[in-house]
Amino acid sequence: MEYLSEIFSWIFIVLGSLLILVGSVGLIRLPDFWSRLHAASISDTGGVFFLILGMMLQASSIWIFLKLLAVGIFLFISSPTASHAIANAAYVTFGYTPKKETKK
Amino acid sequence: MFYVASFSILISFVIVLVRLFLGPSLYDRVLALNAFGTLAVLMISVVGFLFGRPDFLDIALLYALLNFIGTIAILKFFRYKEIGDKKVLNRDKT
Repeated sequence: MEYLSEIFSWIFIVLGSLLILVGSVGLIRLPDFWSRLHAASISDTGGVFFLILGMMLQASSIWIFLKLLAVGIFLFISSPTASHAIANAAYVTFGYTPKKETKK
Repeated sequence: MFYVASFSILISFVIVLVRLFLGPSLYDRVLALNAFGTLAVLMISVVGFLFGRPDFLDIALLYALLNFIGTIAILKFFRYKEIGDKKVLNRDKT
């Protein structure tokens, strides 16, 4: 049982690190603002979820677990709100103007 | 294995900073700033676990609150205060 939680913790942490890297590479490689918004929300939701879950399985006491739960719940609520606010402000400012070609 | 997580977050810091300085429009920069703040929260938590001091989670929670308030404040300023001034808002749009 010890080994099982350990193994799942490492799997979740490595998966979260991978999602964060994927989101950051998408943030610099994708051509226009709307697709960059999509890439940033990958690392904001998936990466945060899996890393917090992996650290929760490593927590040594109940208080650390509850603090991690608070950080996770707050980030899980606030980062889609911030993404929506950014998208709304950009849409009001310069409209929906996606790039047609994929070359940068 | 926390070394893997902190190293990947470190690489992501560099990539997000490149987008922050390179971003064509204002909203790219705000987006990169928000992503940077989220990565900083994760980095503080991971480093706290890495060095065996999980008390860093309080600082991480505080930083998450501060990052959210900062992003919303910047967006509200540019969304409502200067909404009629298209010249200022579209200055560095490509």
